[in-house]
Amino acid sequence: MEKLKTITSSAVPLPIEDVDTDQIIPARFLKAVTRDGFGENLFRDWRYNNNDVEIQDFVLNNPTYHGSILVAGKNFGCGSSREHATWALYDYGFRVVISSFFADIFRGNAMNNGLLPLQVSQEELDQILMAIEKDPETSIYVNLEEQVWNVEGKDIQGTFHIDGYKKMCLLNGYDDIDYLLSLKDEIKTFEKNQVVY
Amino acid sequence: MGKTLFDKVWDAHVVKSIEGGRDVIYIDRHLIHEVTSPQAFNGLRKRGLQIAHLDKITATADHNVPTINQHLPIAEPMSQKQVSALINNCKEFGVELYGLGHENQGIVHVIGPELGITKPGLTMVCGDSHTSTHGAFGNIAFGIGTSQVEQVMATQCLILDRPKTMRITIDGLLDPGVGAKDIILYIISKLTAAGGTGYFIEYAGSTIQALSMEERMTICNMSIEMGARGGLIAPDDKTYSYMEGRPHVPKGEEWKDAIRYWNNLVSDTDAVFDQEYSYKAENIGPMVTYGTNPGMGIKVDELIPQEGSSPSFDKSLQYMGFSEGQSLVGHEIQNVFIGSCTNSRIEDLRKVAAYIQGKQKAENVKVYIVPGSQKVRNQAMEEGLDVIFAEAGFQLREPGCSACLGMNEDKIPAGEYCVSTSNRNFEGRQGPGARTILASPLMAAAAAIEGKIVDVRSTLN
Ligand code: SF4
Repeated sequence: MEKLKTITSSAVPLPIEDVDTDQIIPARFLKAVTRDGFGENLFRDWRYNNNDVEIQDFVLNNPTYHGSILVAGKNFGCGSSREHATWALYDYGFRVVISSFFADIFRGNAMNNGLLPLQVSQEELDQILMAIEKDPETSIYVNLEEQVWNVEGKDIQGTFHIDGYKKMCLLNGYDDIDYLLSLKDEIKTFEKNQVVY
Repeated sequence: MGKTLFDKVWDAHVVKSIEGGRDVIYIDRHLIHEVTSPQAFNGLRKRGLQIAHLDKITATADHNVPTINQHLPIAEPMSQKQVSALINNCKEFGVELYGLGHENQGIVHVIGPELGITKPGLTMVCGDSHTSTHGAFGNIAFGIGTSQVEQVMATQCLILDRPKTMRITIDGLLDPGVGAKDIILYIISKLTAAGGTGYFIEYAGSTIQALSMEERMTICNMSIEMGARGGLIAPDDKTYSYMEGRPHVPKGEEWKDAIRYWNNLVSDTDAVFDQEYSYKAENIGPMVTYGTNPGMGIKVDELIPQEGSSPSFDKSLQYMGFSEGQSLVGHEIQNVFIGSCTNSRIEDLRKVAAYIQGKQKAENVKVYIVPGSQKVRNQAMEEGLDVIFAEAGFQLREPGCSACLGMNEDKIPAGEYCVSTSNRNFEGRQGPGARTILASPLMAAAAAIEGKIVDVRSTLN
């Protein structure tokens, strides 16, 4: 997993609520057996019509908006547990998703892959979206170490929550599996004492 | 202070609490399938790791399999490759596989309970969000991502933050024609698609207790549609009699010990939940969804709400071809899908068969009945349900996820409506442009016969 410390980037606005993982990556693109290449089909059915022609008014097809930060409406990533959704966002080039609310499994999957789910208040989200609408080149700064973010050149800023363990993993690029493997003895002891039917 | 059922099971599985508030949780049972496991096997291979406990992992092929001619090689090359990868991975790592053609094959959440792998008091995971289904037996069961699939394979553990607890109590008697699917769609319509996020939900009350095990599974199955990590119901005599004699269930003295242990798995009377809701069964009617998330549901005799113009709400109605204030009753449909881990068990099929016996499907409607497992399919055929289905023009297919997620060729054509007993009405879920209306098996059967949405109560005598 790649380390994530700070990011400064313009952002892509997607002010839609309840964006589910079937939209992020439709099921028919889950047939691959590796983790690569999912970015191509990110938001497939919003990006392309039935004849694979780009849908012009979808934001990813609008060159005005670009950058490694996605700003989305509340309850982002609901639905299926498919980690392919995270791989697709990451493969496309996103490193941070900002929303006022994330679905649980998505949040976990994101952090296991070096993608930061940054939760802000609804008011902050509206301010960020407004700033991007006014100026698509608006740059957002995110500092994971200090758990702060701001919209550069504007008085829009805030802090965000992340638990200490996950923060350490993201900053250092560690997977949970490394830590779990180090607990071999404790797990063995647990198994010995467990009553299970 | 007393403990909730959830707390009891969770606390019994904490290997270690770590700084920053997370717990290392031991996982008792792991179910895998072809779509979310190949990258995990690759990860093990890359790190030179083995599967920690082969007796705790079970594999099946369900998401991406055809539902006709399963004895033939899979025609679609990518699907074929993915299913072969599962076969090869299971062989290489020694995992028990119930693949195509095996008598135990089926949707992972149908076969777990069927084989007695699902039991009270366990922690269970699968790379699929509807793992919450298993909670009907009083265990902690939840969906995980592929990285976590790899972690459980390698270590039998996960690092998790402890969810909050919620209890939803339903008391009273349901009207005829109203069932478990209506209860859960009603709850989700009240709490919204995000209302359960961060929680594990215990379902309780006299209405829940009166449900059969299969109906309880329907309820727990859709917990994720409120964003909850999972749902669970305290085990009782119904749970035990459902389980008794199934292959993976303890026998003899051990069975008695197990029941003694499982009988403690109830929320103490003084246990405090982080959140509580209660509803009356009498207020629940046959439900239908009108939008593109499962929270957008109404009783069939209600009108689509007038929400004012939120862009997301408008987008949703536009996709569905509906408008605010509209009634769905009488709306023509072209497809009916009876299947998925929500409603593809034998009781579901029996209910549908009993309703359609002697009737004919409407000409304009295509009906898929996709059983949850080989065992369900065989049982249906033993009981002669296949004959009833055939006479009504319903096609009984072979087991798999099918049109629930539209990964194989069972897709609903763009723009067409499908009354579906599955769990998700997301845009394009059943195929690009498909318009899904979630409902109970009875409501789906009634729609198939009438060719349009009807209030099933008006057709019962
Ligand atoms: S039937 Fe549908 S919801 Fe259930 S496991 Fe299969 S794809 Fe998931």
